[in-house]
Amino acid sequence: MATHKISLTVNGVLEQAEVPSNMVLLTLLRERLGLTGAKNGCAAGECGACTVIMDGEPVNSCLVLAVEADGSEIVTVEGLSSESGLDPLQEAMIEVSGTQCGFCTPGVLISARAFLDRTPSPSEDEIKEALRGNLCRCTGYVRIVESVKIAAKGG
Amino acid sequence: MTEKVGPKSFPSPIGESVPRIDALPKVTGEAKFTDDIQFGADLLYGRIVRSPHPHARIKRLDVSKALALPGVKAVVTGEDCKDRFGLYLKDRYTFCKERVRYVGDPVAGVVATSENLAEEASRLVEVEYEVLEPVLDPVAGVQKDSPLLHPQLKDYTVASFIYPKHGTNISNHFKLRKGDVEKAWSECSVIVEREYRVPHVQHTPIEPHITVAKQDRSGQITLWASSQSPFAQRDLIAASLGMSPRDVRVISPFVGGGFGSKAGVSMEALAVIMAQKVPGHPVKVRLTREEEFYCAFVRQGLVAKIKVGADAHGKLVAMKTEYYWDAGAYTEYGVNITRAAGYSCTGPYDVPNVWTDSYCVYTNHPVGGPMRGFGMPEIHWGIEQTMDQLAEELGMDKLEFRLKNCLREGSITATGSAIHPIGVAECAAKAAEAIDWGEKESSSAPHKLRGKGLAIMWKAPAMPPNAGSSALIRFNEDATVSVGIGGQELGQGAHTIAAQIAAASLGVPMDWIRISGPIDTQYSPYEWQTVASRITWSMGNAIIDAAKDARRQIFDLVAQQWEETPADLDIRDGQVISYKSERSEPLENLVVYGLPKEDDSGWRGGPIIGRGSFMPDYVSALDPETGQGPRAVVHFTAGCQAVDLEVDTETGKIELLRVVSAFDVGKAINPDQVRAQMEGGVVQGASTTLLEQLRLDEGFPINASFTDYRIASTMDMPGENISIIVEVPQDDGPWGARGIGEHSMVPTAPAIANALADAAGLRILDLPLSAERVFNALREKEGMP
Repeated sequence: MATHKISLTVNGVLEQAEVPSNMVLLTLLRERLGLTGAKNGCAAGECGACTVIMDGEPVNSCLVLAVEADGSEIVTVEGLSSESGLDPLQEAMIEVSGTQCGFCTPGVLISARAFLDRTPSPSEDEIKEALRGNLCRCTGYVRIVESVKIAAKGG
Repeated sequence: MTEKVGPKSFPSPIGESVPRIDALPKVTGEAKFTDDIQFGADLLYGRIVRSPHPHARIKRLDVSKALALPGVKAVVTGEDCKDRFGLYLKDRYTFCKERVRYVGDPVAGVVATSENLAEEASRLVEVEYEVLEPVLDPVAGVQKDSPLLHPQLKDYTVASFIYPKHGTNISNHFKLRKGDVEKAWSECSVIVEREYRVPHVQHTPIEPHITVAKQDRSGQITLWASSQSPFAQRDLIAASLGMSPRDVRVISPFVGGGFGSKAGVSMEALAVIMAQKVPGHPVKVRLTREEEFYCAFVRQGLVAKIKVGADAHGKLVAMKTEYYWDAGAYTEYGVNITRAAGYSCTGPYDVPNVWTDSYCVYTNHPVGGPMRGFGMPEIHWGIEQTMDQLAEELGMDKLEFRLKNCLREGSITATGSAIHPIGVAECAAKAAEAIDWGEKESSSAPHKLRGKGLAIMWKAPAMPPNAGSSALIRFNEDATVSVGIGGQELGQGAHTIAAQIAAASLGVPMDWIRISGPIDTQYSPYEWQTVASRITWSMGNAIIDAAKDARRQIFDLVAQQWEETPADLDIRDGQVISYKSERSEPLENLVVYGLPKEDDSGWRGGPIIGRGSFMPDYVSALDPETGQGPRAVVHFTAGCQAVDLEVDTETGKIELLRVVSAFDVGKAINPDQVRAQMEGGVVQGASTTLLEQLRLDEGFPINASFTDYRIASTMDMPGENISIIVEVPQDDGPWGARGIGEHSMVPTAPAIANALADAAGLRILDLPLSAERVFNALREKEGMP
């Protein structure tokens, strides 16, 4: 299979890789770059566990080819926190137990971050709409929505 | 040791909503799940070749073309499997020999250098089948002329409390006979008899099943698995290979949701058989989301025939139930769901005359197994709708009917024993109050109908009578504590609760505790399985026992040092104190290095390690003919849910406006986590009520994706999801606690159905209450075609 040389910025770091045509961004992140925060839950764009921010937009990284990410800027859950501390969303999630098993959590946080960047003061319905693509089987979403509300207020 | 009353120098974490100890790694992406572990260049990938038929004989199996593909390292088949395995009934081989019994039954396993290659090679395995007539319905499956799925049933090893019927498809028949049901019908002034159907549903943890297995040169097998049951897996897999559990090591990091599907053994043994062919190489087997829907455990289907009678005063007199469990191709775990349904058949009611037959029936459907509630959501679907209809016919308020008939301390259960203190009535009353029971609410639009309903429930941990837990408490040099446990963190908060219990029972601050992980059968102390909502109670007791053991060692040491008696000593806030001499000593000065003797002649003491265990010793056998016995189970957790909903008559769509949960947890060790379990259970329960059904068309699954099998998203949340904690203490629970993990999705479906009946005068006896089904039922009721 043909391979392609690509370069992309992941969590502020410039990365270069040679990838086969059929490799998806999720595989590149997890297996080449060792960033295992984004999860493989369905490989079909249905569950949202692999969500990352690509050039400001939340995307299912299992549906994006690595070559399509050439030249793009990616943020994964690992890039949400910095040396100065956690993202307010992460703080809120800890505070109100917005995470249970934690498998959907990275995708939820990323979707919520991309959403809050565009909509800093959302209504509850807007939060639900923004997170409808992130399936969670544990929490019943109550504390996830609550976390986003708290982060929006504090942010 | 009796806890002494002393100065409250630091807050006890028991009953406090301390934050989850696993939240930080989970929100940063640091938390490692099985698929996140890196194995380097030696890693190989496994792919399973599965049966495309519900029932067939393997006529020819040729793996040569697959093996010839460059990069393929091994292909395994049924010939590589030694013995059958199973938790309660050893009825399955890891890979099929001779016969396949469901669409998805593993026939061969291909090991290759990449996932794509393994997939490609799996298509080169040639299998010729002779298609056999399938069994597709449990009621048909018990008929004499039905095809037989397991002709060798009589040769299978089975637990003492499971009763297979040789020469039939019935792998367990649980019988319960209490009082005289036939005579009692004449005392009834109202009798309701109905038949209910519950379809298969899937747990759909967001993390699919995954196992990495490796055999090293000494013969030891190591599994990295997303697992609720590292110890049961080690035991069952070792037995199927003719090995010692010593030589099978299971390491299980964080689990991305289980809900029962990762209990027992489901796909883990597949990876082991494959790894045995390529020693030194880890082999990763990860189920695809499609496989996840029908190749892992599913919740069993059920046909429930229920007949209940009450006298003119509204007192329950008699109940007769027949359960036909659509248990699937193998029922090694499912046989015990049949049993649990049998002894819980009355729901949380006091019924003097009971007759129950619960049949576990082999069908050519996916393998039924444990799912959150373990049979209870399925049976309460029928029980609680029947009770509602009985109250209706009696002209009684449905809450009043339940309060009149529910179990209270000392009531005699269906199995003939007196029930422990239990807050069924309190839960029902509180849930009803919170939903403004009795008040008619107006609907939001003319084409919408609004109504309220409620359902009560009970559920016991279903497990062998001797399921055990153990714990280890090891002090570090600075007196911080490493707590070893074998119970798994599935998201339910078990490790946070373990840390709270360890801190409180030792007498040290909460932030001194670290739970030793990941769970590793080589280092972690034994735990039967993280199932049955038993961990807070059982593992919690083991931790308390270990803490007592550590405290005893510390007190012996300090008493000798101070020339006092251990009975006068206590540990508070990390200090040993004497109530007699009022001396104190920080634990860090003594828990590893001991204490210097007064005369400089040496040291005494040494590293403190507390060991503890817990196993109930009072669960008795039940009579095989009557299901009667002194104590069927350890305890029951009970509760109630009340629902306020609207149904759109133009679309059939049900909208949940408010759901109230009230459960008697004995004692909430962490109230916030208890509420989180209730909230999550409501939504999983509502999802299985309104949206979910694994569609099996002549045995073929036709909706195995999240697009075609929808689960609740944020758009399906109830308007309000309210939780109420009731605390009637359990005599042998930690601080009175009993479990809550599963219970919160047990009454959801019938509570919604009862509210629908209230709103629309519509009784639907089959799940799910999909918009389509409700719409059609509404039209039928209006006399429209």
